[in-house]
Amino acid sequence: MPQHDVLVIGAGLAGQRAALAAAEGGASVGIISKVHPVRSHSNAAQGGINAALNPEDSWESHAFDTVKGSDYLGDQDAIEIMCREAPEEILHLEHLGVTFHRNEAGKLGTRAFGGASAARTYYVADITGQAILHVLYEQLMKHDEVERFEEWFTTALVKDGSGRIAGAVTRNIRDGSLQLFSAKTVILATGGNGQIFDPTTNALICTGDGIAMAYRAGATLMDMEMVQYHPTTLAGIGLLITEGARGEGAHLYNAQGERFMEKYAPNKMELASRDVVSRAEQTEIDEGRGFPDGTVALDITKVPKQRIHEALREIVMVGRDFAGVDITREPIHIKPGNHYVMGGVKTNVDGETDVPGLYAAGECACVSVHGGNRLGANSLLDTLIFGRRSGAHAARVARGMAPVSPAGEELARERELIDGLVSRDRTGRRVSEIKAEMGAVMDKYVAVFRDEEGLNTALEAIRRLREEAKTVSVDDKGNVFNQDVLGALELQFMLDNAECIVRGAIERKESRGAQYRTDYPERNDDEWIKHINLSSNGDGEPEVSYSEVTMTQWEPQERKY
Amino acid sequence: MPEYTLKLRRYNPESGQPAYWSEYQVEVDSERSVLKGILDARDGQDGSIGIRCSCQAAICGSCAVRINGKTALACNTAIGEAAEKAGPGNPIVVEPMNNYPVIKDLIVDMDAVHWKKIRRVVPWLLPDGPPPEREHIVPAESMIDITQSMACIQCGACVGACLSLEVDPEFVGPAALAKAYRFVGDPRDGQEAERLQDLAEDPHGMYDCTHCFACIEVCPKDVAPMSQIMRLRRRATNDFGIKDRNNGYGHEKAFTTLVEKYGTLHEAQLLPRSFGDGSLLKGQTEPGAVKELIANLPTVVNGLKSGKVSPRKALFHHKLPDQGNVKRIFKEIESKDERVELNLYIVGEDGAEEQGAMSEGGMES
Repeated sequence: MPQHDVLVIGAGLAGQRAALAAAEGGASVGIISKVHPVRSHSNAAQGGINAALNPEDSWESHAFDTVKGSDYLGDQDAIEIMCREAPEEILHLEHLGVTFHRNEAGKLGTRAFGGASAARTYYVADITGQAILHVLYEQLMKHDEVERFEEWFTTALVKDGSGRIAGAVTRNIRDGSLQLFSAKTVILATGGNGQIFDPTTNALICTGDGIAMAYRAGATLMDMEMVQYHPTTLAGIGLLITEGARGEGAHLYNAQGERFMEKYAPNKMELASRDVVSRAEQTEIDEGRGFPDGTVALDITKVPKQRIHEALREIVMVGRDFAGVDITREPIHIKPGNHYVMGGVKTNVDGETDVPGLYAAGECACVSVHGGNRLGANSLLDTLIFGRRSGAHAARVARGMAPVSPAGEELARERELIDGLVSRDRTGRRVSEIKAEMGAVMDKYVAVFRDEEGLNTALEAIRRLREEAKTVSVDDKGNVFNQDVLGALELQFMLDNAECIVRGAIERKESRGAQYRTDYPERNDDEWIKHINLSSNGDGEPEVSYSEVTMTQWEPQERKY
Repeated sequence: MPEYTLKLRRYNPESGQPAYWSEYQVEVDSERSVLKGILDARDGQDGSIGIRCSCQAAICGSCAVRINGKTALACNTAIGEAAEKAGPGNPIVVEPMNNYPVIKDLIVDMDAVHWKKIRRVVPWLLPDGPPPEREHIVPAESMIDITQSMACIQCGACVGACLSLEVDPEFVGPAALAKAYRFVGDPRDGQEAERLQDLAEDPHGMYDCTHCFACIEVCPKDVAPMSQIMRLRRRATNDFGIKDRNNGYGHEKAFTTLVEKYGTLHEAQLLPRSFGDGSLLKGQTEPGAVKELIANLPTVVNGLKSGKVSPRKALFHHKLPDQGNVKRIFKEIESKDERVELNLYIVGEDGAEEQGAMSEGGMES
């Protein structure tokens, strides 16, 4: 049985950063990922990473922008920590070798980004996430003492007799063997859950595994209703066009050629926060001023060509390969699309969840720094700051601990479940059918605009799909790279996520951040400046409770861009 | 929606049976990807089809395969185009990449080949001394320049398509050498000379590339691995004067000397000059060079047999009628203080038409 002080599950930015920090803290570390680490979805973060590093800028300004962006649902103590520690983290990454863009003086250069009062986004062309992810992996290769389990799929968390986390059950994808990992602390860094929506900008691996496993293990989920729709995604397939495009000066137009953001955010225009821009676009489309394909236009031709090739290279390729559009010459049609979940496993500022020994960091966690709406280029920052803090804290805790003994029956139970799945004859629906229906339901009823009736319809559908998912069967009966089995397990994870999102959205009877209820169109500060917590109730509905939003120095104000 | 036939190379390591073919009919929009077709077949018809994939946007690097014999990402190959290339009535043939052991169906062992080679080039920054208090101050162009290598998504397509690797599996290969340039070209790295020396002296290193362009052709991210290899060579020879045991240095000198002198390649002089650091005299008199010449006699015999060299051509190699112009080009280029390189990654494929593209492209100093 593999044994570690700190076991990290997920090897995107949060996971790799946590593993490196834990190793630095003197812990023995294992890192498990269901894909090779450089395939992680952190790759998709194009635009950059925020930090108040310029002497003229201040962390308070960054923090205020983040608080305002969160629509006052973010916890201000956590936001302060993130923004204070951001500059040092950027410098650390630079020292490790990230090829950040430089200004003419050879110093780190910035670009403008949405919802920010200063240009404080540091970047590598439009492959910032990829560049950081690959540089962290360079460090992981260098620090060979961190044991890597690449292409291992974690199916469940394991506790010991006292209810403390003690490890995980994991399937080696290469040979299908199931292993019990023993660990004094476990850090979940499994990313988001965008695959429950169709379309989404998220990769196929973003199935909310960690969120569901934590939920099943008794951890509290928070703010799950807060799901971000990104303003610029390709219609139909959902591919992302970076906010950096607007940061570089691109404009949005409706089909009548109007620069419609003038109506919705006269000051910040295209660089208002994402919830605001997405709602504006959806309103234009719903009121008949969009193009026949249900889109509006993003015009990047305003940006000088040399600059596009230097700074928006990836978008040139996305346009060319996936939309047949040369973005240097013509506008590209876009619409709001599912992108990010602000909610997740509730943690404190050191990544600790309310299950002893269990941590969460990155998109699967909810600290909460994003509240109702995440600012662009704050997600990379979140993964790194709280990945590092989780890793360091877990290492400290584990160092002083006696070895743990994970309950062995968990392994037997998981084996039985998987064997049952593989040996079952085909009776019910295919995994793909259930997934497709879930995606369509979520995108129809739990998108930019929501109401009670639609949400109830969605909840009913998700409950039914959860039942159907219990009897799916698989075609692949083998052990080696049985992706069919993994797909069935992921489906169950996703349905747990979906139920919580819908339940949270029904519960929040107001409009705040990404949650816009057409039946409750106003923000209601008297009743709803509070987090919605969900915890598992076995097979029944999630149990709802509330927790306070931490306020330090910023009182809620009307939010205008 | 149009219907396509996908013919997939299947292999189940647990069956004890050899690889086989399976065909699937899928209905997909012609602009959607081959991957979408494969996933539709997997979702709707046969869940046992194995292929790695995640982002479907050519950024995660999971789904490199061979489509109609050509290495590519399945997610950014349009299925309609793939069908056109296959020709009317033919299925779209999808196979695992070359140069890798196959694990299952379209899934290959990346660790055994790709990642092993990446680890070979010491793939992390080795700065000189402790980090500065703030960021390293470096020229903006240098960061843009190595961003071309940084854009590599480690899909391994170039490794799968590399012809040198097919002959010499030990070749460090295009992806790892492009990764090496990411450090060699990084002004923050303190081991430029050591890295270059190491890869120049390795018999399977930077001089093992035969300039076939296959890696450039298949790279989905325009990393142009071969160009990065050429840059490693230019730095090793021009900037550091590394005289390697593979005669990479001498070979380059022989080429340039001959072109400057004759305008075309003088095949009979190429070998002796290569062994003599570019000098014909040295190549025919130095004991070490003579020894290598003798060892290469079979190559000479092959050259004679194929007519590539003949005794008459060997003695009287003609000069180009306007050889003066070739010399002028040499003089012009050598008079510049900085080496000018046109970096198409930055200026775009038609960037050369634009004013100043050449000078903007001078990314190496």
